Amino acid sequence: MSRPRACVLLLSVMAALRLLPRLLPVSRTRLVRSHSAGAPVSVPARIAEKRRAALLGGGQARIDSQHKRGKLTARERILLLLDPDSFVEYDMFVEHRCADFGMESDQNKYPGDSVVTGQGRINGRLAYVFSQVFFCFVSVTCCELTQGYNFIWQLNWSLSGAHAQKICKIMDQAVMVGAPVIGLNDSGGARIQEGVESLAGYADIFLRNVLCSGVVPQISLIMGPCAGGAVYSPALTDFTFMVKDTSYLFITGPDVVKSVTNEDVTQEQLGGAKTHTAVSGVAHRAFENDIDALLNLREFFNYLPLSNRDPAPVRKCHDPSNRLVPELDTVVPMESTKAYDMVDIVHSIVDEREFFEIMPSYARNMIVGFARMNGRTVGILGNQPKVASGCLDINSSVKGARFVRFCDAFNIPLITFVDVPGFLPGTAQEYGGIIRHGAKLLFAFAEATVPKITIITRKAYGGAYDVMSSKHLRGDVNYAWPTAEVAVMGAKGAVQIIFRGKETDAEAEYVNKFANPFPAAVRGFVDDIIEPSTTRIRICRDLEVLASKMQSNPWKKHANIPL
Amino acid sequence: MAASLRQVVAGSWRQPQRYLLALQCATHHTRWCLITSRTFYTAEYDPNEKVTFEKLLIANRGEIASDDKTCKKRAIKTVALCTDLSAGAVHVKMADEAVCVGPAPTSKSYLNMDAIMEAIKKTRAQAVHPGYGFLSENKEFARRLASEGVTFIGPDTHAIQAMGDKIESKLLAKNAKVNTIPGFDGVVKDADEAVRIAREIGYPVMIKASAGGGGKGMRIAWNDEETREGFRFSSQEAASSFGDDRLLIEKFIDNPRHIEIQVLADKHDNALWLNERECSIQRRNQKVVEEAPSTFLDPETRRAMGEQAVALAKAVKYSSAGTVEFLVDTKKSFYFLEMNTRLQVEHPITECITGLDLVQEMIRVAKGYPLRHKQADIPINGWAVECRVYAEDPYKSFGLPSIGRLSQYQEPLHVPNVRVDSGIQEGSDISIYYDPMISKLITYGSDRAEALQRMEEALDNYVIRGVTHNIALLREVIIHPRFVQGDVSTKFLPDVYPDGFKGHKLTDLEKRELLAIATSLYMAEQLRSQQFLGSPRISLAKLDLNNWELSIQLGDGTYPVTVSNNGSTFSVEVDGMKLNVTSEWNLASPLLSVTIDGTQRTIQCLSRDAAGNISIQFLGTVYKLRILTKLAAELSKYMPEKAVEDTTSILRSPMPGVVVAVSVKPADLVSEGQEVCVIEAMKMQNSMIAAKTGKATSKNLRGSWQHAGNPSCNL
Repeated sequence: MSRPRACVLLLSVMAALRLLPRLLPVSRTRLVRSHSAGAPVSVPARIAEKRRAALLGGGQARIDSQHKRGKLTARERILLLLDPDSFVEYDMFVEHRCADFGMESDQNKYPGDSVVTGQGRINGRLAYVFSQVFFCFVSVTCCELTQGYNFIWQLNWSLSGAHAQKICKIMDQAVMVGAPVIGLNDSGGARIQEGVESLAGYADIFLRNVLCSGVVPQISLIMGPCAGGAVYSPALTDFTFMVKDTSYLFITGPDVVKSVTNEDVTQEQLGGAKTHTAVSGVAHRAFENDIDALLNLREFFNYLPLSNRDPAPVRKCHDPSNRLVPELDTVVPMESTKAYDMVDIVHSIVDEREFFEIMPSYARNMIVGFARMNGRTVGILGNQPKVASGCLDINSSVKGARFVRFCDAFNIPLITFVDVPGFLPGTAQEYGGIIRHGAKLLFAFAEATVPKITIITRKAYGGAYDVMSSKHLRGDVNYAWPTAEVAVMGAKGAVQIIFRGKETDAEAEYVNKFANPFPAAVRGFVDDIIEPSTTRIRICRDLEVLASKMQSNPWKKHANIPL
Repeated sequence: MAASLRQVVAGSWRQPQRYLLALQCATHHTRWCLITSRTFYTAEYDPNEKVTFEKLLIANRGEIASDDKTCKKRAIKTVALCTDLSAGAVHVKMADEAVCVGPAPTSKSYLNMDAIMEAIKKTRAQAVHPGYGFLSENKEFARRLASEGVTFIGPDTHAIQAMGDKIESKLLAKNAKVNTIPGFDGVVKDADEAVRIAREIGYPVMIKASAGGGGKGMRIAWNDEETREGFRFSSQEAASSFGDDRLLIEKFIDNPRHIEIQVLADKHDNALWLNERECSIQRRNQKVVEEAPSTFLDPETRRAMGEQAVALAKAVKYSSAGTVEFLVDTKKSFYFLEMNTRLQVEHPITECITGLDLVQEMIRVAKGYPLRHKQADIPINGWAVECRVYAEDPYKSFGLPSIGRLSQYQEPLHVPNVRVDSGIQEGSDISIYYDPMISKLITYGSDRAEALQRMEEALDNYVIRGVTHNIALLREVIIHPRFVQGDVSTKFLPDVYPDGFKGHKLTDLEKRELLAIATSLYMAEQLRSQQFLGSPRISLAKLDLNNWELSIQLGDGTYPVTVSNNGSTFSVEVDGMKLNVTSEWNLASPLLSVTIDGTQRTIQCLSRDAAGNISIQFLGTVYKLRILTKLAAELSKYMPEKAVEDTTSILRSPMPGVVVAVSVKPADLVSEGQEVCVIEAMKMQNSMIAAKTGKATSKNLRGSWQHAGNPSCNL
């Protein structure tokens, strides 16, 4: 299937969408503007005045109150995120179009409305950014009107039609030129005063999130409350990061929860960074504060290609690709029941021990993240023997599957470290649908056409062996360390089933026959048995070879991953 | 025990190919040791001497067991001992064969005579080198070897027995007209007797295990209470380390130096003294820095000590290498302390200044050859210094053990005249079961200043990652004015650092240098992060590299700096002073050599992250800095302070270890300073004291294994 054709199609859809607002009959903005009379002021002076007001973003008092909350303003965030002097702002003069509930008065209007949008550079590479301004358009009237409705919406509404339109504009352009979109979210649900226009605004963004998905990387950084409908935009993007203690994500706030289910819960418990990075898996990582988050986002951005048409970036690398890693020769313990830290292995193999882990606190039995090999970005997956023996369960399968699909969409080679004793048994897992969820990881690996390199460090048992980027799922290069055991199951279990406990020496025989890399190697299921210390060298070489890999799947509208 | 014996040879290995791998590493490692380690020996091998032994078993672990290069040179086959835990260790790989003698705890492995005897039979080793510690001074072991017809490389049983017993050895020393410590007394049965003896001698007294050397199980008591406590701990430690809980109490000489004489004797009534070693720098009575010769001894004192040491050796018909330890007071009076009937950890510095290979001489003597040297042939050539590099945290009572995996490890062998004897390698585990020594770092120079200068360089170039190490302390000691002048005593560390070791204190210039280096490193990384290869989609507008304004946090201070870049040089303006920093800026290298206005420094960047945090090892000490752009620094004042956990109500284990005794029950009222539990780690028992008065609410169980920082008890 020709990728260009799909892109052209997508672009024309996007262009049509962008025209839509202009076709709408109401042009309230213009009306309001012409009425804001007074003494005639020269146009240059008015431009200067509007710019000044836009840069103040709602006045010093609002800036101070944002700082008091331990947060930065929308503009400060953009300045920290982008290279110095690189930000180009769009739509600074846009104002909201709401004429009801006193919103039409000039004191409730701010140039740029409630979001700062534009493009700029991160380490010289293009990125589109929108940064929401945390606002409270609270007036007595609307509080009365919304009593008993959604408290959170009442406090933080800020997404207006104009706001959404601004975001849509940069997203359309981002797709057109092929550059990532970064959203700095700090807002709450819809602006109730605007009613359905605000809801339409959401949907416009959602649609673009979906259409951009797999075309340009989309990153959300939640830096304040994000509640109600607003949460679905981050949920649709590729990565959601949060700021600890100052950001929340939830569909309904604690008050509604209390009134509906009588459940007492704090904002932090319900949708804080800890909840979403460790329990729900909604967010991919959390950072200490705004500054930490933005600086880390810059680092993270460097791993990503700009679009699906760009190869994985290759950054200048000082770490020799032919570096031996003697540490690895002893990292796997002698006793096959003893745990070790897979992250140690990753650190010692990748460039300069730099590993940007994704979802480090969620489903910790699987590690995923980005690193570089000889400068080139790679996606790393690994079973973590330290946690739940590194088994596959519902959460780890979903975590891995989503990561694999991102890498595949954006031409990032996959390196998989396997030490998996199998799928986690039990009613909790079966009732939860481990079959359906485990299939996601299997699906993702099988479908991926990027270079796939697999290293079996120790156990590769049963169905989990197949799933973990095995040769059978089009793994390009599959290695086994001398400690590898590719088998249907561990010796003890196997002997119990085969002999029903009658044979006593059978376990040793099984170990001798199967608990080693030979059965897989003689069949060509692993390409080589390698010395662990040479792993880095081998992977770097393979990636060079595979850089020109061409592989495609049969034509389809889209595959039907078991959601 | 025999059932637990597993021979770790190719045939029975779980994964044969893994063993092959190990062998390859071994050959590589051996060659490297041969080339690098013994560059300053003058000893030559007499080709007329027949092969001494064909196969030698080394009943030890770690660096001494790896120190079998002598055997390699002489084509003697070696057998290493390992445990379930250490089977992948360096000494095992270097040896020709390895035998597993049991599980990790030493009492079941390296102290397990039955298993070792079994191993000897199995491998048909003709001789055993005991190394130091473990069974090296165990007469029973020597006796059993003799009965099996296996040569014990060391003195004969009689000498071990005589010198191994502190009481008997002192009597012998007295008879041989060797100066001995006053107030010397006998075996102790219980705490009350300990107190009575201590009072008789007069405080302060020293309590230690009769069977032990090396400061293990040694405590100093200044009053009755401490005597009781010392008795309790020392007897327990003695039992766990030596399987012999007899104790010794003697007068403690305040402010002494610890100087020892190396002796070498053969079976033909020849004995030599190979000069002294100054081992005064100690913490908790364990040596940290040693040097040879001592700055303190004049030729007469040296000769007097040497002659007494030889007299003692002859009195017990000593053969092999041995060490006579003396305490030397400020008036150069010296007192016999004990004789170690084995090779010492610090023997390499004697080898350096005398040119003798002590291991080789021991093997020769054991085989019955006479000594080849006369006393007049023993020179003092140059100066040698040895630092014991430990896996321990020097900021906690000059060194509490730490554990972990050596994720990166690089010995400073590129520095000239450096010898490193280590039993570990990259990837090795430092476990709670053994002494936490990483290596012995030895430097040699034509004079003391040169040796110390090299040591400084070697310490700066030593890469140890994954475990906490004591390099900061070692480096501070060797550059301390008192040490440089030779003004040392066994109380050097507590005297110089009365409030505990706090790391290097930066001078203003050093601080500026550190800030400039950190700034340059940060800039180098910022510039590198914009260098994408083969990507056409990079902004053509180049970054302006002049006058970048940054702000650095170091400790409590914040320092604004301005930096400009010109090729590999960064000009950094700190406090109105401009410093030019030049380097290769290789961000992947663990060592970074930088030149700051002509001064060369080797630094190590231990970590750096996207948020601007950077850890730099500079002058031995690790400094944590945070570098932000001016904008980010200004905005950081708005960032919320995160609450810090109140730790006084939680008793945390300061190091990993096993809880061996718990003195309180939940709901007990605990007063400040009361002992809550005892944690044993690396053969040391540590009393855990409550930091405030309160009620014990929970505790972890006795016998459980604690990580450093784990809460053992809540108050």
